[in-house]
Amino acid sequence: MPSHPARATADTAAHPSPLSGASERPVLEVDGIWKKFGDHDVLVDVSLSVRRGQTVCILGPSGSGKSTLLRCVNWLERPDHGHIYLSGQRIGFRQKSELPMSQAELAPIRARIGMVFQHFNLWPHLTVLGNLIEAPIFVQRRPREEVIAEAEALLEKIDLREKRDVYPARLSGGQKQRVAIARALAMRPSVLLFDEATSALDPELMGEVLVVMEELAKDGMTMVVVTHEMGFARDAADEIVFLDRGRVVEVSPPDKFFDVPKTERARQFLQRYGSSLRTGLRDVRASEARQ
Amino acid sequence: MSHEFAIVWAHKDRLLGGFANTILLSLLATAAALALASAIAIALMSHRRAVRAPARGFVDGMRCIPFLLLAYIVYYALPSLGIRLNNWTAGLCALVIYNAAYMAEILRGAWASLPREHIDAGLAFGFSGLKLYRRIVLPPIVLACVPVMGNQIIQIIKDSAFLTIIAVPELTHEASAIQSMYYVPFAAFVSAVALYWLLCRLVELAVAAVEHRARARR
Ligand SMILES: Nc1ncnc2c1ncn2[C@@H]1O[C@H](COP(=O)(O)OP(=O)(O)OP(=O)(O)O)[C@@H](O)[C@H]1O
Ligand SMILES: [Mg+2]
Repeated sequence: MPSHPARATADTAAHPSPLSGASERPVLEVDGIWKKFGDHDVLVDVSLSVRRGQTVCILGPSGSGKSTLLRCVNWLERPDHGHIYLSGQRIGFRQKSELPMSQAELAPIRARIGMVFQHFNLWPHLTVLGNLIEAPIFVQRRPREEVIAEAEALLEKIDLREKRDVYPARLSGGQKQRVAIARALAMRPSVLLFDEATSALDPELMGEVLVVMEELAKDGMTMVVVTHEMGFARDAADEIVFLDRGRVVEVSPPDKFFDVPKTERARQFLQRYGSSLRTGLRDVRASEARQ
Repeated sequence: MSHEFAIVWAHKDRLLGGFANTILLSLLATAAALALASAIAIALMSHRRAVRAPARGFVDGMRCIPFLLLAYIVYYALPSLGIRLNNWTAGLCALVIYNAAYMAEILRGAWASLPREHIDAGLAFGFSGLKLYRRIVLPPIVLACVPVMGNQIIQIIKDSAFLTIIAVPELTHEASAIQSMYYVPFAAFVSAVALYWLLCRLVELAVAAVEHRARARR
């Protein structure tokens, strides 16, 4: 797998022809999702697709429906209309029928979608290692020794080997979020969803998490990243999806999106949030290099 | 006075036998009541009224019945429904049923205040149904209510004394038997009180140790 897949040049097609380009079906396809809370339209006909190895960043103002979109992907929130496919398999409905899946039927599909939450959501009653091995052992039913060995390798990778037997309550925010990322990776997911993984962190702790995320993107992990870190989006994304009031307003490669946004809404958005471009990854790495 | 205690001492086997029964009853009742309460708590939290309402009725009902009456009912009234239990089993059942109601309500309260995020993470990682409850929901709520559960276990120990009225040979029953046989009320009952106190102290120490470990996770 190429570590840096070719960037999409056109708007991502919701219905890619099986003959087109990469020939492989996208890992994740969101096809015309609608979601209402009460009479408030939170998502309106949202479509996007993510190919293997791609990092897609979802940007948008607060309340534009970014979290809801991610929660619809693994059916934590049930879309009113539209379809979601994971490696071609439709999520939420049984094959060849319109009957909705039960939680038990959704479970094995959800296990293939890693999720990293804004507030970490680590399980407080389990140690760091316990958090990593819980779902692989009890959901995926993989052999315990294998899972532990893999989890220890992941802890090594995020540089938290010495926190193996510590409870989450004893970790800093940045450490918690790195553990949460490792917990998602321990499932060997097909795609990894991040919902503002750094927004709950103090600025000085953001860097360590962004570096891990950027390495994953470089290693060819398939990721959907909701973020307000414009610097990260510009450096790590293959594609930017700009969401506004529940609608996909613009889909562009990052250089186009940040330099010549197509829409007025995107321009306004960048004026407001663009300042975090300067506190992006480059500065994190620069400050690390200085140390 | 010391003569009275000498008489109790001479029958220490009987007293300690009663104590052993009290310990055994309390241990079994605690374990079974906790297990039953975990199941009732699911019903109490159900979105379906048809499931929730009977559980709610049971819990509220138990909390309005004196334990003594429940013990009478299980031992004397159930046989007329065709369920005949010996006094020891009947006593254990009464302890379990009665305290499970209180424990279920404690668990429900802790569950209701469990942050939604932990459960979301469980669902997102592929847990569902009973597995979600057992692995993700139950452990943190049990940890959250360790001190209150400790009080409930002490309540079980004290409730077990009522079982003397259906002639379960527990500590109070045996102390009472010794005192009525030799007329040594003070020594017999004070000895029983000391043993109850000892048992409750042990439970308190155990609960404090568990609470110490629970706190490391909050
Ligand atoms: N469970 C819910 N019930 C009712 N309304 C909701 C619910 N969840 C979200 N909403 C509403 O849906 C809209 C979109 O919310 P969402 O959390 O998806 O936005 P967001 O883009 O993630 O915002 P932020 O950047 O602040 O996280 C908001 O107006 C929010 O109030
Ligand atoms: Mg959000």
